[in-house]
Amino acid sequence: MRLPRRQHSVLPGFGLTLGFAVVYLSLVALIPMCALFLRARGLGWGGFWSTVTEPRVLAACRLSFGAAFIGASLNAVFGFVVAWTLVRYRFFGRRFIDAIIDLPFALPTAVSGIALTTIYAPNGWLGRALEPLGIKAVFTPLGVVIALTFIGLPFVVRTLQPALEDLEADVEEAAASLGASRTQTFRRVIFPAIIPSLLTGFALAFARALGEYGSVVFISGNLPGKTEIAPLLIVTQLEQYDYAGATAIAVLLLVISFAMLLVINALQRWSGRRHLRGV
Amino acid sequence: MSITVENISKSYGTFQALRGVSLDIPDSKITALLGPSGSGKTTLLRIIAGLETPDDGSGPIRFHHEDVAGRRVQERRVGFVFQHYALFKHMTVFENVAFGLRVRPKHERPANEVIDRKVHELLGLVQLDGMAHRFPSQLSGGQRQRVALARALAVEPRVLLLDEPFGALDARVRKQLRAWLRRLHDEIAITTIFVTHDQDEALEVADRVVVMNEGRVEQAGAPEEVFHDPATEFVMNFLGHVNVFDGRIEDGKVTFASVQIEHPAAAESESGPARVFIRPHELSLHLLPRSDSLPATVTGIHAAGPAVRLTLAAEGEHTFSADISQDVYRALKVSVGGRFWVLPKDLRVFPGGGPDAGRL
Repeated sequence: MRLPRRQHSVLPGFGLTLGFAVVYLSLVALIPMCALFLRARGLGWGGFWSTVTEPRVLAACRLSFGAAFIGASLNAVFGFVVAWTLVRYRFFGRRFIDAIIDLPFALPTAVSGIALTTIYAPNGWLGRALEPLGIKAVFTPLGVVIALTFIGLPFVVRTLQPALEDLEADVEEAAASLGASRTQTFRRVIFPAIIPSLLTGFALAFARALGEYGSVVFISGNLPGKTEIAPLLIVTQLEQYDYAGATAIAVLLLVISFAMLLVINALQRWSGRRHLRGV
Repeated sequence: MSITVENISKSYGTFQALRGVSLDIPDSKITALLGPSGSGKTTLLRIIAGLETPDDGSGPIRFHHEDVAGRRVQERRVGFVFQHYALFKHMTVFENVAFGLRVRPKHERPANEVIDRKVHELLGLVQLDGMAHRFPSQLSGGQRQRVALARALAVEPRVLLLDEPFGALDARVRKQLRAWLRRLHDEIAITTIFVTHDQDEALEVADRVVVMNEGRVEQAGAPEEVFHDPATEFVMNFLGHVNVFDGRIEDGKVTFASVQIEHPAAAESESGPARVFIRPHELSLHLLPRSDSLPATVTGIHAAGPAVRLTLAAEGEHTFSADISQDVYRALKVSVGGRFWVLPKDLRVFPGGGPDAGRL
């Protein structure tokens, strides 16, 4: 039996690039993660279970996932508004605002954490305004949400901008000529077209917020069971030389975030499946 | 639904796209807005649709007798077809066509069965009935444009407006769709305006052709009228290939390239420079001289086609072209370098000289 003649692709180097990608991914991500799982295995199933069901661990995970989810959701809504404004309108200072968007990327996270704490503290600019309303931001879960919203914003804006720029004006005009109002055009024509990008932005902001540490620790106050986030808890365990405990929490975090990213990915594929097909 | 626009102007910054255009569009006919790019034809179409607002001081836009100038596009009930289809990519062909019906206010919205029937009827009309569940990305350009047309027709528009509808298609599909649009219109007889820069397309499809240039209407009339009796030099030039000679009008006769011919336009005009326009098919070749024919030498032959196009050089190196039939081509044994007497069977004279003379 003879094998069919090998097909040569127009783009050379498939084998080389694939090999490199696999090796690179293994070195950078896969192997460290496997090490993590191996380390946690030393704990045994029972030990693992008792570690991750500790009230302090559960509270930290709940706060981390909850605050990251709220932050990413807020960014999805307001990041969309920002991206829309930047793409759709030409106004004085547009480029400046556009540059500011990247600030959370560029700033060392500890710096942003200190800055946020300073202005949201009861005697800070914003904290002073919030205090009479009975709202405390610093050393509360609200502070955690604020910090995670801050660092997630660029992800949503930067993924939405190209998608919004790609929307063709004539498609909206077509909807209008068919009798659709602005709201209907937005809901039925614009929104479905940008949903995949919005989900990507949300996923990125969420993932980033889950792992965020530097900007949160200052504003949250790290009260165990109240404003302590999971990444901080891991660090605390490490500092107490409880490596097994730290890896157990890390594994839990990893599994849950991986599952959530998978779900978001599936959603994205489902919503983008149609018009991305072979255009 | 007849359409009347009066004194419509539109400028974008310093660029004046339309300069006081007034126009009547007849009811239930296809009208072509024909002109080069930048002539304002698309702007006029978009203003009629309500996608663009005319400048202050412009006159009314009447659909039948109703002035719609203050109405938004949603309220004008126009079907608009875009050059690049503008289909909703995330919807199936069916949903694209149904869109206009689904966005109606609740009390006007037809029941699902009615929408279903109507969409299938329209897809049948544009010969895409089997494609209802495909997505636009799975269709060819010609099919996409037919979906766009069905979508526009679904809202039962009062007028159908097409902006270079075949502009993005390849030549073959374009020809097919042209003929198909003509047949479709004969079936549904809706007032239709389409924009094109292709004179063949305009002359073939339209009942009426409006030739536009630099934001003005140069001429409006039946295709034969604008082709055979162009009102201006621009129209003459734009509607197909034409030979231009610089000449003079003297004593009621026109002189150009060594011939002198009597012409009614020359009889009416005073003496002075003039430009003479002759289409290639209006020239015939002869072996014997006549007083009203000019000697010329054949310098090029293009015989692959229904007619033979000759490139000829007259005295003074003036080159021009002539179309002769294949029979004549063979009978006269035309070859490069051959000398013939060329007789203008018909010609148009516009008094004045220079490239811009004679323009309105």
